[in-house]
Amino acid sequence: MKPGGMRLPRGFWRLFALPGVLWLVAFFVVPFYAIAAVAMGRLDPLFGTSAPVWNPIEWDTTILTDVLSDIAGGGIFQTVFFRTCLYVVIAVAMCLLIGYPVAYYIARHGGRLKVLLLLLVIAPFWINYLMRMLAWINVLQDDGYVNRILMFVGLLDAPRSWLDGQPSTVVLGLVYGYIPFLILPLYAALDRIDQRLIEAARDLGASSWRAFTKVTLPLSKQGILAGSVIITLPMFGDYYTPDLLSQSPRTSMFGNQIDFFIHSGTGEATGATLALVLSGFVSLLMIYYLVSVARSSREASS
Amino acid sequence: MNWLRNPWSRPRVLALVTWLYILWSIVPVIIAIQFSFNAGRSRSAWQGFSLRWYTGDPDLSVLHNAALREAMGQSLKLAVLTMLIATPIGVALALGLARWRGPGAKASNFLMLFPLVTPEIVMGVALFLVFVYLFKFIDLGTEAQLLGHITFSISYVVIVVRGRLFTIGREFEEAALDLGASPVQALRLVLLPMLAPAIFASLMIVFAISIDDFVISAFLQGGAESTTVPVLLYSTARNAPTPNLNAIATLLLVFSMLAIGIAISLQRRGGRGKGEAVESFARLEI
Repeated sequence: MKPGGMRLPRGFWRLFALPGVLWLVAFFVVPFYAIAAVAMGRLDPLFGTSAPVWNPIEWDTTILTDVLSDIAGGGIFQTVFFRTCLYVVIAVAMCLLIGYPVAYYIARHGGRLKVLLLLLVIAPFWINYLMRMLAWINVLQDDGYVNRILMFVGLLDAPRSWLDGQPSTVVLGLVYGYIPFLILPLYAALDRIDQRLIEAARDLGASSWRAFTKVTLPLSKQGILAGSVIITLPMFGDYYTPDLLSQSPRTSMFGNQIDFFIHSGTGEATGATLALVLSGFVSLLMIYYLVSVARSSREASS
Repeated sequence: MNWLRNPWSRPRVLALVTWLYILWSIVPVIIAIQFSFNAGRSRSAWQGFSLRWYTGDPDLSVLHNAALREAMGQSLKLAVLTMLIATPIGVALALGLARWRGPGAKASNFLMLFPLVTPEIVMGVALFLVFVYLFKFIDLGTEAQLLGHITFSISYVVIVVRGRLFTIGREFEEAALDLGASPVQALRLVLLPMLAPAIFASLMIVFAISIDDFVISAFLQGGAESTTVPVLLYSTARNAPTPNLNAIATLLLVFSMLAIGIAISLQRRGGRGKGEAVESFARLEI
């Protein structure tokens, strides 16, 4: 004890963390365990309903192996899984193509308008996702603005049914829905770059394109990666975008399968298994991301 | 070739892309808001201005339709309760994680980050199954939805408050302790007042993410009476072709924009300029 001053009692700060940690254990860790318990539990022989098994020694992995071999061996889950990957990859690529120039412009050339531009880019964050989809449902209807404009300029002869199982509509919906979440980390990464590095490259005779590809782009790599991960994770679990913009099994994504089986009454074990597979896959992506962050920060320090 | 002579002049193409992007991202929503004021039943053909879908229509307006009114009530109830419960838990957790050194601190920090990276559908399934099979004393419906909302909100509070804690540092509370304050006094008289802007911003952010949540509310819904506005939008967007849906979505938008506006201006009061507040807000979401 220092003279004249109190010291904090042992465990003072730990006590503060306790309620939150207990909460997360009870309502995050335990529920996660429940997924495994249901996925590898028993099925009621009479009704086919799920009965969770809480003891891991008694876990039965039949459904898990079935689902995994279905994904590996060309079953329905493989079709859906590959379709989901394809949609996500195209959507993320499009988000980057649109989002990078926007983030770059705001970070480098925003000037007096920077705050306004940022506010406009943040706005979609706080507009409900489903409202943003509802907005597109309005304009994409057969007699909606999109068809009327396209017919007016002569690109379409007759109204196109956009909301009728079109993969392109679903992918554009994903881009529209998630792109703000990519622009912000990109902006943060580009804004952190020391302007003097780019000026130095230009002073040493690099063209502005070369300065961009040799300095700005490599320095924003972490932002690109972080932003892509931030939008990839929720996209893999999305089921409402295809539900709202297409309603057709032709565009069904992995999340739709989980949603369907969990609410089907007898398919809870399959639904839980799919959720488990999804979390495994997403964890792999996360680990890849964390390893690459660690590697590049090691490179930066050496 | 103006840009060759002056490479720092504004690139016109980038400016064009940026403004087109902003138009694309906002115009459909503005059109949706416009149609909430449509006098007719169409959501795609403009038939004149009216407040029919807010207050006028005796059966279908937000004010008079029981389903819409109850959904709005459920959304607001969940958002307010979540805000009031998740914020204190999150503030305490942020204090604990920022100051606590010892076994378990690192693991707890890790645990706090997990809800932020777990796809919502996985969390929805997990909570659904745990309430159905393990915590059977909690019924699906409002109670389960509230517990779910608090769970995903806590981590956001931690991120907001911890950011502020790092900028404050430990000197102030140590000075208070050295001057003879008890730990509780140091906390109450020194640290909490300095954290006040971050705490109020957290309240608003939790309100906004709770009122906007769809997946957790949908998975933990008990019956028609626990339908929230986003759940209602999801289930009727394709089958109920009147603009009353646009009207209730617009109201939801007003509530979350209000909350976020207050949060940003509070960050501003916390000693930052307007631009800085917006920028730090932009970063905060990462």
